[in-house]
Parts: sequence; structure tokens; C-alpha cells
Amino acid sequence: MDTNNLIINLQDISFSYPDSPPVLDKLSLKFFRYDRIGLMGPNGSGKTTLFHIIMGLLKHTSGSIEIFGKPVTKEKEFDEVRRKIGLLFQDADDQLFSPTVLEDVAFGPLNLGMSRDEAVDIAKKTLKSLDLIGFEDRITYKLSGGEKRLVSLATILAMEPEVLLLDEPTAGLDDKTKTKLIDILSNLDLSFILISHEIDFLFEITDSIYTMENKRIVSDKEAHLHQHIHAHPHGLYPHKHK
Amino acid sequence: MIKEISGSDSIIYCLDPRVKIIIAILFSVMVAVSDRFLVLISALILNLFIIITARVPIKEVFKRLIPVNTLLIFLWLFLPFTFAGEDLFSIGSLTGTREGVLFAFRITIKSNAIMLMLIALAASTPIFTIGHAMHQLGMPEKLVHLFFFTYRYLHVIHKEYIRLVNSMKIRGFKPKTDLHTYKSYAHLIGMLLVRGFDRGQRVHNAMICRGFSGKFYSLSNFSISRADVIALILMAGFILMLVILEWTQTT
Repeated sequence: MDTNNLIINLQDISFSYPDSPPVLDKLSLKFFRYDRIGLMGPNGSGKTTLFHIIMGLLKHTSGSIEIFGKPVTKEKEFDEVRRKIGLLFQDADDQLFSPTVLEDVAFGPLNLGMSRDEAVDIAKKTLKSLDLIGFEDRITYKLSGGEKRLVSLATILAMEPEVLLLDEPTAGLDDKTKTKLIDILSNLDLSFILISHEIDFLFEITDSIYTMENKRIVSDKEAHLHQHIHAHPHGLYPHKHK
Repeated sequence: MIKEISGSDSIIYCLDPRVKIIIAILFSVMVAVSDRFLVLISALILNLFIIITARVPIKEVFKRLIPVNTLLIFLWLFLPFTFAGEDLFSIGSLTGTREGVLFAFRITIKSNAIMLMLIALAASTPIFTIGHAMHQLGMPEKLVHLFFFTYRYLHVIHKEYIRLVNSMKIRGFKPKTDLHTYKSYAHLIGMLLVRGFDRGQRVHNAMICRGFSGKFYSLSNFSISRADVIALILMAGFILMLVILEWTQTT
């Protein structure tokens, strides 16, 4: 774990929404290149808030953020962060705002200063890599839930980020789309932090699972061997335990 | 939702959207300032011709004309009786004037002519293409963005509205004329506004994350074909003719 590969370094981050008790309290997190972290925690425990702080969408009240070795505080400095870190929002309808799929995927690359042809090119390539060929001219709001999620992912990947922050990417997806997402994510050569409530899913594609506890992150790097036997009413349907 | 409904292989559909917008604007302005019946009726006939060429289903045309004509009914109720002029007919103590009726008639033709033109435009052009064409014609960016976002999120807000209404229904809500009903509707509208605002914030955040800095780039590339030039010249010529017709009458 050399410091060159330290991508996100959060130190004693605290955050509270106006007139509310703190959501995060002196939270620290070190995230290295090639890390694939799953983040679990109850609703309202500040997982999404944490992502938004990393992206500079929310301002933490105290503590320091270093990303790619540089401290970031100002809006300008976060511009660089947003180039290299892609955030997948919980609700795909928030992410997809352009008329057509191609325009939406090309939106990021265009903002990065690419020419129109380059942007279209990279958008098409990204769509192709996600098996979304033929989606270019589809109207974004007419896509199904699963398609929306995959297109959202495409809009992020088209910016060629080094890190992904995925906020409940499997929420509301059927098994088929979920499997596809697992496939895509495990084949990506990217580091990511992934929020999910689905432990099976996290087991499959992350190397370590952190949990939010007492407004902080608790890492659980050691492997614990445990065995459980359970009976449940949905036992007929196959599911995975690892 | 608004969507293009004309025959997708019609001549009008294939025209450059910028040409269509320019024609629609010229035409609307011309009709709006004209007063002569000959001019207005020629414009209306021209319109019918365009609608037929664009192959917009007649039923759809009538459906879209309903709102504007509902408004016009009120004009017809008041204008004939409130306009000074030569008496034409009377109902009880109310007297309708010739000028009033003519005025109402003029407004009716004008509104319908302009509406028909806009229907032909909207029906033969995908809504987003209109937006891009507006952008290329140099309309203010803010207007174009407003246009895009309204259209994009109308659908989402409508879905949110349906969700809220359904959640009211399944709990036995039946609208009545009482305070409870008004209160519930007020909550519904308030909730829509708050959610809309939140949604706006989230969308903006998502855009910032993808490097948005206030500028939109368009991917569309329009090209003017010979048919476009001919259509533009033809229509401009026709509109000019109507203008001359109108102008020679007033001098």
C-alpha cells in the first residue's frame, strides 16, 4: 500500500445537514488504486452523503479531503476530481436528462472538451462495450428501469474515470440485469466503492466490505469463516452464498 | 405526451427543422397582424393544405384544436355584446353588433390558423429536433434548455403526480367540495413542487459530476437540401403575397 496509489484520503470528516444531528462524525477512509470496496449500512447512515462529499457536491463541516494526493476544498479543485471519479446516482432518472441515449453518453466527453466526432465515437464505443448497441437514438425516459441503469453507467464510463462510486446500482433490478451488471463490473479494470444492501452481490464483486457504524466507516479486512444453516420460505429459488 | 404523428415519409417531415421553424414564425406573425378576411382565409386554406401534405391524422388535428377553441367560446360569448357598432341581433336586452361578431370571427380564424401551423410543425418534427433547430437558429441558450428540460421532466413529474394521486386513491380519497379535499390537493401540489425542486437539484448535481459548466453541446447536424430551399422560397413567397394583399387594402 504505497502512498502513490492512495486515491482518496478522508481524514476526520464530519458533516451535518442544517438543523440536524451530524450524519458523519470524524469519518476517515483510505482508498487505494485497485481497491474494490463494498459499503453497507442502514438507511440514512450517510453512505450517499459520503459519496456526495467526495464529489464536492456537499461541503463537509470539518476534516480534510485529499484526492490523488492533493487536498481539495474549492469548487475548481473538485472539477479535476469529477473528471477522474465517476458517480452513479441512485435514481437513473436524475442521471439521464438528455433527449437521446447517444446525447446523454456524449454529454460528459463533450464537457471534457472533446470534439463532437470524438465524443460520439467514445459514446458509441462505450455503449458497445456494455452491449447496448442500437440504443443510440432511443429516448432516455422511455427506457426500462434496467436499461436506464446500464445507460447511466455508460454515461459515467464514457468519461473514462479511474474510480467509480456506485450508489446502490442493483436497486430495483431483476436478476438478469443484475447478472449483467456483475459481469460488467467484474470485467472493468477500475477501482470502485459500491453501496449496496445486497450482501451476495457485494461478495461477488468486491474485495472487502466496509460498514457504516456510528457515523464512521468500519473496515473488516480480515476474513472470518462462519457457517450458517437456515431455512427460508423462498428456498425454492436458487441464490448464492459464498 | 407530445409526439410527432405525421406520416414519417411526408415531404413536410423530411424538411429541415430550421426551415420549418422559420416558416412557422413568419406565418404566425403575418397572420397575427393581418386583418383582412381574404388574407386570413387564404392563410387558413394554405394551412389545411400543409396539414394534408404532412398527413396528420384529422382526428388528432381536431383534438389539438379543442383547447384553443374552448377559449374562443368565451370570446364569442362576450365580444359581440361588448363591441360598439351597428346592431346585428338581440337576445333579450342584449344587443350583438356586427363589428363584434366580425372581430370574434377574425380572432377565431387567426387562432386556428396559427394553431394549425404549429400543429403541422410539432406533428412533423420530433420535439428534440425542434430544440436543436432552435439552438442552431441562434435562439437564447436558456430558452432552448428550458424547452428541453420541460419536455424531459414533464414525463417524470407526471409519473410522480400519478403516484401521489394513486396513493391518495388507495386510501379512499374521493374529491368533494369540502376543506379536506382542498387541503389534500394543496398537499399534493406542494409535494409535487418540493419533489420537483429536489429532482432539479439532483439532476444538476449529476450534471456537475459529468463536468457540466453551463454550456450545452449539440450533436445534431442539419443540412439544407434543395427541397428545403424550394419550400422556403415557396412559403416565403406565399407569405409575402399575403402581406402585400393585406397592405394594399389598408392604404
